[in-house]
Amino acid sequence: MIKSLGKYVLMLYHIFFRPEKFSVYWRRFLDEVIQLGIKSLFIVTLMSAFMGAVLVIQTATAIESAWIPDYTVGFTVKQSMLLEFCPTIISLILAGKVGSNIASELGTMRVTEQIDALEVMGVNSIGYLIGPKIIAALFIFPIVIMYSMFFGFFGGGLVCYFTEIISVKQYLLGIRTFSGDNYEFIKYALTKTIVFAFIITSISSYFGYYLKGGALEVGKASTNAVVYSSIFILFANYILTQLILI
Amino acid sequence: MIKVNNISKSFLGVEVLKDISFTFEKGKTNLIIGKSGSGKSVLTKCIVGLFEPDNGEVYYDDRKFSVLKPKEKKEVRKEIGMLFQGSALFDSLTVEENVAFPLRMFTSMSESEILERVNFCLNRVNILNNNSLYPSELSGGMQKRVAIARAISLRPKYLFCDEPNSGLDPVTAIVIDELIQEITIEYQMTTIVITHDMNSVLEIGENILFIDNGTKKWEGNKEQILDVKVKELHDFVYVSKFLKKMKK
Repeated sequence: MIKSLGKYVLMLYHIFFRPEKFSVYWRRFLDEVIQLGIKSLFIVTLMSAFMGAVLVIQTATAIESAWIPDYTVGFTVKQSMLLEFCPTIISLILAGKVGSNIASELGTMRVTEQIDALEVMGVNSIGYLIGPKIIAALFIFPIVIMYSMFFGFFGGGLVCYFTEIISVKQYLLGIRTFSGDNYEFIKYALTKTIVFAFIITSISSYFGYYLKGGALEVGKASTNAVVYSSIFILFANYILTQLILI
Repeated sequence: MIKVNNISKSFLGVEVLKDISFTFEKGKTNLIIGKSGSGKSVLTKCIVGLFEPDNGEVYYDDRKFSVLKPKEKKEVRKEIGMLFQGSALFDSLTVEENVAFPLRMFTSMSESEILERVNFCLNRVNILNNNSLYPSELSGGMQKRVAIARAISLRPKYLFCDEPNSGLDPVTAIVIDELIQEITIEYQMTTIVITHDMNSVLEIGENILFIDNGTKKWEGNKEQILDVKVKELHDFVYVSKFLKKMKK
């Protein structure tokens, strides 16, 4: 455990070494933005829109009362999406998609000696392979989460439009209610996202980069990356919520 | 020239290399031969610095590798080209990008100069009109050639080849061996080839180190190896009944 932690810290330390050539690292960063962020948009859109839609139906059913105004549904959906569903649930989904992708990519590179090839050439393999992934995730994940928020609200709006469970007008009114707090909530959500982005990319990279063995171990590393990233996301979520919201 | 002096290396208390000394000569194809698990790859990884030896020293010409600063070690590594057993081409890059990789990373050449050098290296290994293919689209022999092109792109002083013809048919294997020998002479490199293929030994073995069970048992060249008296090497060379009969 302590040995693993030491290796993880050393890995992070190597990321901050001076790049051999900035232009090559910049290209790697752009590639990773596409790989980790842009290529995740489809699943994020689907997840967010359906989460928003289901939340509207569940909330409207749960608070069906003459004493509670309809716009409460919109307000509840907004709070849930901003505070928890978009930053945390979408990050857990990304831990599955992006985390397993990173671990298996680096693990395969280890097994097929591509990492050794980089080291023999004199390239800082950690800086070259892992650094751009972490920086790209820190940059693109907050954008992905804001995109997810939009599609979450949009999905909820579509349900209102097609089922008339509440009117779209009331739903939008609910979303705009207490909008003065929105800035703080978005700040909180994006802070969480940045921490989660770091957790997902660094833990998955650790499992892939230090892999020993063959194809079977690549699969195990991929699973471990998802499991450990998810566990640490849940811990970080609790700690950050306590620190920021209370 | 690369010189190793009294190299030893252990893993979890098991001694894999025992006190190995040898000089790999410039402009020659130097072979490290031995059975699987004899320590050939470990010795090579100690030489290139992927493993740190427990004892002993590695000299690149007059430079003692262990006392060099990290920056100086990086400079030495830029003078090394390595061909890995599985080629180790970068999956996500095309043939052209693979060969251009060291040039983009370590030189200030313009894109047109890089492209010119890449095409020269690919022509040298007889890979023509395949620049935009990915490694997975190439045959094993072609992957080896591209890996050689990448290894020589920075005009290295030292070339390491880890079982360059493993997994190849005998004809392609000899073509790869000959290519390695040709470029060694052409660029006056110190080339080290790890192999357990007797065809390679008899084809390009100008300076041979035989390792058995982590210990140096013999050194010589391809002319001397057929008359060798060392039992372990004799058993290695004359492993087939056919060759044993031929010798008698």
